[in-house]
Amino acid sequence: MTSIVANRGGDPARRRRTLVAWSFCLPFMVFFLAFGLWPVLASLLMSFTDIRSRDLRTPVNVGFVGLENYVTLFDDPTFVRALLNTLYFVVVGIPVTMVISLVIAVALNSGIQRLKGFFRVGYFAPVVTSIIAVAVVWRYMYQGDGLINGALAFVGIHGPDWLNDPVWAMPAMIVMAVWRNFGIPMVIFLAGLQGVAPELHEAASVDGASRWRSFRSITLPLLRPTTLVVAVLLSISYLQFFEEPFVMTGGGPLDSTISIGYYAYEQFGFGLYGLASAASYVLVLVIALLSFLQFRLFRTRS
Amino acid sequence: MTTVIAPSAARQRVALRIGTYVLLVLGLVVTLAPFAWMMLGALKPTGEIIADPTAWLPKSPTLGNFADLLSRQNFGLYFVNSILVAGACVVGNVLFCSMAGYALAKIDFAGQRILFSLVLVMLVVPGIATFVPLFVQVSNLGLANSYLGLIMPYLVTPLGVFLMRQFIGEIPDSLLEAARLDGASEVRIFLRIILPLSGPALATLAILTFLFQWNNFLWPLVIAQTDNMYTLPVALALFAVGANGTNYGLLLAGSVAVVLPIVTVFLCLQRYFIQGIASTGIK
Repeated sequence: MTSIVANRGGDPARRRRTLVAWSFCLPFMVFFLAFGLWPVLASLLMSFTDIRSRDLRTPVNVGFVGLENYVTLFDDPTFVRALLNTLYFVVVGIPVTMVISLVIAVALNSGIQRLKGFFRVGYFAPVVTSIIAVAVVWRYMYQGDGLINGALAFVGIHGPDWLNDPVWAMPAMIVMAVWRNFGIPMVIFLAGLQGVAPELHEAASVDGASRWRSFRSITLPLLRPTTLVVAVLLSISYLQFFEEPFVMTGGGPLDSTISIGYYAYEQFGFGLYGLASAASYVLVLVIALLSFLQFRLFRTRS
Repeated sequence: MTTVIAPSAARQRVALRIGTYVLLVLGLVVTLAPFAWMMLGALKPTGEIIADPTAWLPKSPTLGNFADLLSRQNFGLYFVNSILVAGACVVGNVLFCSMAGYALAKIDFAGQRILFSLVLVMLVVPGIATFVPLFVQVSNLGLANSYLGLIMPYLVTPLGVFLMRQFIGEIPDSLLEAARLDGASEVRIFLRIILPLSGPALATLAILTFLFQWNNFLWPLVIAQTDNMYTLPVALALFAVGANGTNYGLLLAGSVAVVLPIVTVFLCLQRYFIQGIASTGIK
């Protein structure tokens, strides 16, 4: 009892520890405050102002405009399109990425020994590539007379002019994103699958369950927490969709590939810093919602 | 006791195994095809690429595109810039994030929980959400278009602190308590016990930091205003959307220049890459 009171009331040893600990954190804190925490707050504040590029030198000219930037955004059909495109990218891209990565992870975990490490490295390689370089290469592969349509023609399909077609430009970017990203959920699923005890499947097989049945009734339910984590992590990364339209389409054709990130960057380029901040804060809000889900998720897991 | 397997079940198992390998090999071919195509394309003169965009093998292989990148396009400088920026961020993260990670993992102090919560929250805030005020602030510090401007916002990262706290947390407390009883200071414990035991963690952090900074695009795009400050991805992207957008030989060679170094590092140190990314899951 007395010891608790002593701890609360500023036990000198604890006070000394606190001082030592904060000294260890000091260099990190300086940069974290200046370039991490403050910009998040400043972004919110700026989104309620009419700050422009020319106000950089004379910040006194900046005026408070309330929610006007947000009203402007949602009145602008281009922004609404950007929001919908971003959600399209997330909602279609994530399930496809997850199914492919799960299939590969299950195949790698099916008891094969030979070449397992080789396959894993090969499948993971796209993850380390620069999106810019990938976009440059794929932009060329997606040309009307390019490699991908050449391959499709081989099986008798006449492919569209992917990046110049308002319907097909987004699917083309989603396919590319899946290619670049599926290695991440693949290794997370592999770790999850290794946690499923083989005895469970043996028992199921003794009871006469087919492999598919035992996968559906044993593996999938056990992977549910992993699946949810992967979904949230992928959505945070897919919501930042920006480099692909920057390099491949400039947001076109007919705004069909413009994203929130690209829209914010464009407004920034026009010098409309307040509006750009508001656009990127819409993204922060979506991500905040998802991270809230993530924290809930981690709590239910542990 | 021997298990008797019915011949049909055994045959089914073999078929399944063959099917698995066929699937894995086909998947791998599709996964690696863009790499192969990029590298073969980089060896072709632009005229040859345009003449037949579906061809694989170069008819007259040449290193001319790479020579052009170096002599006419300044890619040597962009390469050096990329290395400098990524290298400085590696040093900053390894040094400062391991210190903060140690305090968060092993010292019980006032404000610990708040600090760690803030780190967790900032883990999920992407660069695209804060680049505008960051640009204003770095410009006001007079650091736009400078190496310091490129480096400072990423000198420490919440991810670095998060990783180091998790890794250092696994070092047994008994080791530290023994040292504390012997009167060792926290600084001494950090230098003599924590750092030597954190080798693999520091390697993972260094590699992940290098990877993220090497591929980082939005911030260098925003803050580098003249081409002597460009990093490789910025130079390549602006090259691709600019007047040279159809100079495919140069573009593919530029892509190789961005991708090949990091893929080579990945192949040498793949264990750290895969473990690191699996433990964070963030791009």
